Amino acid sequence: MSTTTTTKRPPAPDSRTPSKAAQLLGDRRLPVLVTAGLFLAMYVAGLSRYQNYGFGEAQVFMNLFIDNGYLLVAAVGVTFVILSGGIDLSVGSVIGFTTMFTAWLVERQGLPILVVIPMALAVGAFGGFLMGYVIHNFEIQPFIVTLAGLFLFRGLCLVISKESISIGDSSVSSMAGAQVNLGAGFLSIGAIVALVVLAVAFYVLHYTRFGRRVYAVGGNEQSAMLMGLPQGGTKIAVYTISGFCSALAGLLFTLYIQSGDPLHATGMELDAIAAVVIGGTLLTGGSGYVIGTLFGVLVLGLIKSIIQFEGTLSSWWTKIATGVLLCAFILIQRAMTARKKT
Amino acid sequence: MTTTPRWRALTHHNLFWPVVVLVVLLLVNVPFTPDFFSIRMTNGHLHGSLVSIVLFGSPLILVAVGMTLVIATGGIDLSVGAVVAITGALTCSYISDQSDQSALSGVFFAIGIGLLAAVVCGLWNGFLVARMGIQPIIATLIIMVAGRGVAQLVTDGQIITINSEPYKLIGGGYWLTLPFSIFVVAAVVAVTVVLTRKTALGLLVESVGGNAEASRLVGIRSRRIKIMVYVFCALCAGIAGLMISSNTSAADGNNAGLWIELDAILAVVIGGTSLLGGRFSIGGTVIGALVIQTLTTTIYTIGVPTQTNLVFKAAVVIVVCLLQSPKFRAKAFGGRFGNKPGAKGGTGQPAVAPAQTAKTTEAAPKMEVS
Repeated sequence: MSTTTTTKRPPAPDSRTPSKAAQLLGDRRLPVLVTAGLFLAMYVAGLSRYQNYGFGEAQVFMNLFIDNGYLLVAAVGVTFVILSGGIDLSVGSVIGFTTMFTAWLVERQGLPILVVIPMALAVGAFGGFLMGYVIHNFEIQPFIVTLAGLFLFRGLCLVISKESISIGDSSVSSMAGAQVNLGAGFLSIGAIVALVVLAVAFYVLHYTRFGRRVYAVGGNEQSAMLMGLPQGGTKIAVYTISGFCSALAGLLFTLYIQSGDPLHATGMELDAIAAVVIGGTLLTGGSGYVIGTLFGVLVLGLIKSIIQFEGTLSSWWTKIATGVLLCAFILIQRAMTARKKT
Repeated sequence: MTTTPRWRALTHHNLFWPVVVLVVLLLVNVPFTPDFFSIRMTNGHLHGSLVSIVLFGSPLILVAVGMTLVIATGGIDLSVGAVVAITGALTCSYISDQSDQSALSGVFFAIGIGLLAAVVCGLWNGFLVARMGIQPIIATLIIMVAGRGVAQLVTDGQIITINSEPYKLIGGGYWLTLPFSIFVVAAVVAVTVVLTRKTALGLLVESVGGNAEASRLVGIRSRRIKIMVYVFCALCAGIAGLMISSNTSAADGNNAGLWIELDAILAVVIGGTSLLGGRFSIGGTVIGALVIQTLTTTIYTIGVPTQTNLVFKAAVVIVVCLLQSPKFRAKAFGGRFGNKPGAKGGTGQPAVAPAQTAKTTEAAPKMEVS
């Protein structure tokens, strides 16, 4: 785990010596650690409960990455936006649009997948860029602009086709079926791409100037501007990254599910935002780690697989559990920020 | 045409642009369906495009009115869609358990349960926002995510269908030749307008939205006001949920009120209420909701494929938001358009419809944000 916090905490110039609890609550890494601990606890609980059903196999763990790779990529994009103090509601729609766009070009237009991939990524990034441009230049709230983006991309999906398009292209299915053996288990290409995206995001956020700018703009836009940071460029870049990540997530989702459907990934923006929040990123911006997002996604994925292993629980328990977790983590964040102010 | 003060006062009225958009949308229909404005009487019920626009738009109007007050306090409520689903699910599942589904007492009790659940959701949102001081978007996100799960839990993942005449009245019945839901909406809107404009309540809501801390120091119980608006919003959503489930005589935990929160926020924004809070216009919201419903109807009648509905909606959101953005107006219309009437500038030039003519990009003074 990194030790590079973005803005160094002041060395506690309080007159009273901070109690241990206060120190703990003041630690920025606390939410990430809590999430990681929660993930471990859930995994151990799953192990003890479903050991006889093969929960302990390494492949079950690998499947978490395989089944949630696209969510991880989308959530990484959303992490950037939320760190900068914005929000992106268009994620699910862009994912749905990308599946549709890819399926349509590959199946109906007969383009090779290797040509389609850069096109899809470019469209997603351009959509994100446009939203960022409008948000910055016309000072409209990100919520509304990305809401328009949500409508627009979902509408474009339906314009392409109302029916779902299944992909039978051989190169796509060979890509989707490709497995990377890791000894104990295997990972799909999607999972590998997701982990690479995570690593790149980690590097960018913690070791580049741009990453620092994202934190600075999210922490306090006014100060960032007064410091002379190009906050406009940063904001636009952040939304472009989110659009790009959503398109990439859409491609992974296409590989995972091998079809395009106008209703794919409806509401996935909520899953992505929930994963980011559970991962300990403050929704006000300026504080959080992309590693936390990984744990957030893993926790959500683990809930799904535990519900599958349980067998008797219905799918809607996923939503309820997500909501409860969301609530718990929001309250933890609240306790932290309240402690900082006083 | 000359620029008369009256004309200027009209164009600068805050409801002017929403009404213009609504009228234009209505007129667009005429070439395609010449009898668009005609209302005829069949079986003692009034029928016509206008009536159905209001009928189908009524749940949205209700939710949007509740949302207006929440947004006026500087908040936002994403959970209304889930509240719609929960209310419908609880009410329908209670009615479906009755031996006599048409018994009035049972129906009233079921409605009571549904609305109570809505109020509880509202209290929870208000508690998180006002007491815990959590950002409204996030606080209401919890119920938005979990609420649909709860609704599906109540309906057991099924679509519960019921057969209850009294319950059917709320969303699908007729009373005095008009759809009953129109009366419900009219009553809610009237009560809201009276409460907010004839008492100090509206002023208090606006002051809390303008600056919650300052109004607390002035002596307004801003927390209580905030909790109240969230409860009111949830209650409106609950009534809308009753309406939707009664119209189809079924409760669908998954799809009832799906995306209604986004439509409602859109209606509020079209109506001219700023998302920053501090002021609101109930009339504007009602018109905004009607604009959205008319847009949907128009897309059906002019024969554009219905799947482009969302693209149109996106275009409308973008255009409306751009028009409301002072920065955009300054850039696109060279600062003239954004001027206040009192600024006494450029009285000589015709101010009529500058939107069409002003493509001029005379170097607009860039507004410095400070």
